[in-house]
Amino acid sequence: MAQILGMVTSSHVPSIGNAIAKNIQQNEYWGPFFDGFKPIHLWLKEHKPDVAVVFYNDHGLNFFLDNIPTFALGADHQYLNEDEGWGIPTLPAFKGDANLSWSIIEGLVQRDFDVASCQKMKVDHAFTLPLKLLWPDEASCPVITIPICINTVQFPLPSASRCYQLGKAVGEIIQSIDSDLKFLILGTGGLSHQLDGQRAGFINRKFDQEFMQSMVTQPAWATQFTNHQLIEHVGTQGIELIMWLAARAALGGEVKCVSSTYHVPISNTAGGIMLLEHLN
Amino acid sequence: MRPKEIFGTTLFDGGQAQKGYPLNKMCFSFNALDNRQDFKSDEAKYMERFELTAAQTQAVRSRNILALLEQGGNIYYLAKFAGILGLDVQDLGALQTGMTREAFCSKLLAAGKA
Repeated sequence: MAQILGMVTSSHVPSIGNAIAKNIQQNEYWGPFFDGFKPIHLWLKEHKPDVAVVFYNDHGLNFFLDNIPTFALGADHQYLNEDEGWGIPTLPAFKGDANLSWSIIEGLVQRDFDVASCQKMKVDHAFTLPLKLLWPDEASCPVITIPICINTVQFPLPSASRCYQLGKAVGEIIQSIDSDLKFLILGTGGLSHQLDGQRAGFINRKFDQEFMQSMVTQPAWATQFTNHQLIEHVGTQGIELIMWLAARAALGGEVKCVSSTYHVPISNTAGGIMLLEHLN
Repeated sequence: MRPKEIFGTTLFDGGQAQKGYPLNKMCFSFNALDNRQDFKSDEAKYMERFELTAAQTQAVRSRNILALLEQGGNIYYLAKFAGILGLDVQDLGALQTGMTREAFCSKLLAAGKA
């Protein structure tokens, strides 16, 4: 049966792409964030996953407001990155496996998650940059990818609890796939930040750290909050932490923290990075 | 019961999404370089093409971020418009909070230490 090796969660901001393009990953501003991936690189070399399932949110590259699915899965043999409006150099196409995606889509719908399926799907910085951060020296991403996009653009958004349940279902489905593929789960977004309104620049270090701790010891902790409460705690875009919840639920079980980094700010965002693996 | 309002925060809900549709659609078009150039060469004509309302047109003209949000703009799409103006999200933060860019960046740094 397929196996889940671990989970990486990371913040995403477009300017990470800029920092990579300009080769300034090690300057005073970016160094502390990029360094957070060094222990993850060692772990990846040792464990060599074949597939990355990526929970992320699109920011208006693939989806416009004419059609916003709450949960959408890519089901293509490749996913293209494109200009999101700032002319930042794009990354090469990401490999997919349509049949593998369809296995997950079928499993989710059987479990009452009525997801949208996308045979063509452009992937934005929330998908591409965390993968690039995992394999910075590879010309293109070396693993098969499965994008799972969760709406955080237009309210109502799915609840933290619902995203957790979605992740749990994805984890169960992966572990029932008859294959020796090794999976890595990614959740990208957060942590606290708010880009819009007079509350722009809002950061909540205390909540972020409690949330990161909960990933290890009490994974469903944040599902107690409504989205409105989460926005009060972490800002309108900080709500992206629902990706972390989905990823953590997909990993399941008792875990240990291999590495954890928290650094503020990257752009307007509190940058969080974690790598968790199963205890046994 | 409706939850209490959060200071300085407008959630982009169905009402805002309806109101902001033409404005956000225009901003969505800025993903393409050709469209960004077309906008720059004739803003008024470009806005007409997307049938922006008078209030939206005025908010774009005046580069007033809070007014753009009020008119249904979604920040993810507005960030693409801001890019045309050479503004990043720290500039947007400063403009919305009435701070200088420097003060806004200091505030972010301080929040990391608090």
